[in-house]
Amino acid sequence: MPNLRWKLATIILVFIAFAAVGVYPLIAAWRGINSPAALMDKQLKLGLDLKGGVHLVLRVKTDDALRTETELEMERLREELMKRNVPVANMTVTDSAHFRVEGVPVDQAAAFRQAAAEVVTSFDRDSGTGGAFTFSMRPSVQATLRSDAVVQGRETIERRVNELGVTEPSIAQQGQNADQILVQLPGVTDVEHAKEIIRNTGLLELKIVEQGPSATREALLVNGQVPGGMEIVPGVASGDASGTVYYLVRKVAAVTGKDLRNARPTPDENNQPAVGFTLNNDGAQRFGKVTSENVGKQLAIILDGKVQSAPQIQTRINADGRITGSFTQEEVQNLALILRSGALSASMDYIEERTIGPTLGADSIRSGLIASLVGLLLVVIFMLIYYKLSGLNAVAALVFNLVIVLGLMAYVGAVMTLPGIAGFVLTMGIGVDSNVLIFERIKEELEAQRGVRASINAGFNRVFWTLFDTHIAALISCAFLFQFGTGPIRGFALTLFIGLISNLFTSIFVSKTLFELELASRGQVSTLSI
Amino acid sequence: MHILKNSNIDFLRWRWHALALSWVIILAGIAVIATRGIPRGVEFAGGTVVIERFDQAVSVQQVRSALDQYYPNGGQNAVVQAYDDPARRMVLIRVPQVGAESGASLSVTAGQVEDALRKANLGAFQRQGAEIVSATVGRELERKGLTATVLSLVGILLYLAFRFQFSFGVGAVIATIHDLLITFAFLAFFQYDLSLNVIAAILTMSGYSTNDTIVIFDRVRENLRSMRRDSLNDVINASINQTLGRTIITGGLTLLTVLALFLFGGEVLKGFAFTMIVGIVTGTYSSVFIAAAVVSFWRGSGPTRAAAHAPASTTTAPQQPQRRSKPQRKARAS
Repeated sequence: MPNLRWKLATIILVFIAFAAVGVYPLIAAWRGINSPAALMDKQLKLGLDLKGGVHLVLRVKTDDALRTETELEMERLREELMKRNVPVANMTVTDSAHFRVEGVPVDQAAAFRQAAAEVVTSFDRDSGTGGAFTFSMRPSVQATLRSDAVVQGRETIERRVNELGVTEPSIAQQGQNADQILVQLPGVTDVEHAKEIIRNTGLLELKIVEQGPSATREALLVNGQVPGGMEIVPGVASGDASGTVYYLVRKVAAVTGKDLRNARPTPDENNQPAVGFTLNNDGAQRFGKVTSENVGKQLAIILDGKVQSAPQIQTRINADGRITGSFTQEEVQNLALILRSGALSASMDYIEERTIGPTLGADSIRSGLIASLVGLLLVVIFMLIYYKLSGLNAVAALVFNLVIVLGLMAYVGAVMTLPGIAGFVLTMGIGVDSNVLIFERIKEELEAQRGVRASINAGFNRVFWTLFDTHIAALISCAFLFQFGTGPIRGFALTLFIGLISNLFTSIFVSKTLFELELASRGQVSTLSI
Repeated sequence: MHILKNSNIDFLRWRWHALALSWVIILAGIAVIATRGIPRGVEFAGGTVVIERFDQAVSVQQVRSALDQYYPNGGQNAVVQAYDDPARRMVLIRVPQVGAESGASLSVTAGQVEDALRKANLGAFQRQGAEIVSATVGRELERKGLTATVLSLVGILLYLAFRFQFSFGVGAVIATIHDLLITFAFLAFFQYDLSLNVIAAILTMSGYSTNDTIVIFDRVRENLRSMRRDSLNDVINASINQTLGRTIITGGLTLLTVLALFLFGGEVLKGFAFTMIVGIVTGTYSSVFIAAAVVSFWRGSGPTRAAAHAPASTTTAPQQPQRRSKPQRKARAS
């Protein structure tokens, strides 16, 4: 029977392949057996709920990114209008995607339009009455900015997490508007530290101080208004960390965090913790120019909208500088890390936070294992008692099924979660159903006084389309479960999905081949132990 | 060995009783949901859960009074339960509040709960786990869960309409909706938290229930070809009886594995396993008593001429839905 030999060879090969990928690495890791790295790399990974760690979901405030862009465009227009001597009464950002210009003189309207058309390219312009204009950011530009902000946020978080030295972190975008970032840090226990590092905006700006520090905001106003091109920024009062002082600074930053090449903790001249930084070539050139023009003035070091310190510029500074303030050693470490990884273009909020201690994880593994083993044992005992020798066939198919599920999961890099274990247990229950269907059919055929061979064939043939339909229907609901699911639920759906597919293979192909093997070995058959 | 030998039960005769029983459970469930509601887990409702392990044994009552006294929002809305085996001195505390979404302050409430425990001098404790979810997440999840359920039902209806006939699809979907309602009723009776795991169990269970129904429908389809002279109701009864052994064995085996999960799977999977247990029982029940009865009701119970156009071979490739003549509305057999 060459046909049967091929089938058997296929089954054994498939079994060995999946066992090598799915089962062997687990046993090797457990017993500490030295094995080739190629096998161990593919080892089935444990999810956070089993391993312990932190699961965080952040929502990116993409409006921030839009607002920054809107402000930038408005300032660009203001500069251009000044250059062309077009006076306007007022310019305001009305919301994150709109700004409004008021009081354009009638005779200058054409000049204004031309300036706007040249400078403000990503906004639509509407004219109102009395020389007022409203600028609205184009929807396509908005969409790009929003998705850029999330992608940039994800990349920044990736860099920071790598700097933290977490092994096997997982960072992904998710959510309805794809504006959420999921961060999973296995094995991390200091949640607050990780959270602070990840979320910190880390926006560094160096700006020339025009006036200040002053105890109140009002003292810095000129005629009750902030002078054009300037802004007022709060800062930490020197010597009193809880007090607030205000600085009037130029709105356009001399350099920002984007111009940094490196940042590292270094003590300042008083041996206090500080962060030393090095600018890239472009930044160094601009910084040198600005500092040499403003010797004697103060330079505000602004971090996330707050002045940390405002040292006086003694001489031209080129590439290297230092951020001083009242920092602790730890704050300095964090700050250097955040500056190195770059600023976030939009701020983020935490909307979900889960921590699983290593003990709870170990508990879950243990109870999951016990439940799986008990379930398996019950099924095996029943099948052996009820179907006798044929039950052995079903048990072989079942074990085969479980090995394939483990192997496939390891191969596609799926993560085993606690719900995944539940899916695994369920796979056993549902998987054995296929065998029950087939066996019950064979019994029926045997009772109808058909021969053993004919009964087995009829059993498999007639049940095939039933199995096909039930599995497709189950796969349909499984697919929706996967699509709906977050984190652990996906693990569950994936396990079930893989289980269903491998079950079709084992219950039909493997089980039938085993029957054929038995028939072939016995030659003339008149009875079947079922 | 046989669980049942040549059973010959007139299942359709019992369909009105079955329907009445189902309605009683569903209505009781609705009444409980209306008065007490189904408690929603933190994933859906938002809130803070911390699991603490104490060095010395503490009672739930002690923890509760600590919250009453020292937790800023008071302890009246808090849930305090022993977690896992009491000998391990772990306590789960859930409060509905979370810190403000903006800033890194989401976990403020967890800190407040721990401060309250510290002030009450309950001895040292370590945080074993925490789950803090803002309410906005829950609303999104609720919508997604509902969409997934509805879409998977529609998918199954379409698939069965394509593979069998439209009436079969309707029967399977009504049986599944029935199972969903019964499961929700039992979740309400036993006040299990509606969590992500429970939703996963509900979706899986609806798949399982359809599975069971399809096996019977498949037999009906097969028998419609060989039992042309019999009425649809006879065909359905015969089909259910012929597959009854398999229905009971599979249901029983799946129930066994899920029972193992319920008993040994640990605290986290309790809700999941409970939902599956209810789902398997009601799923098996509905595929025997509800699904085929719907088909019989939908098509009328007369002779099966219309379906008899089907090809005689029993192992054909996918069968296209037959063009149905008008359902014969003969006197309903009962």
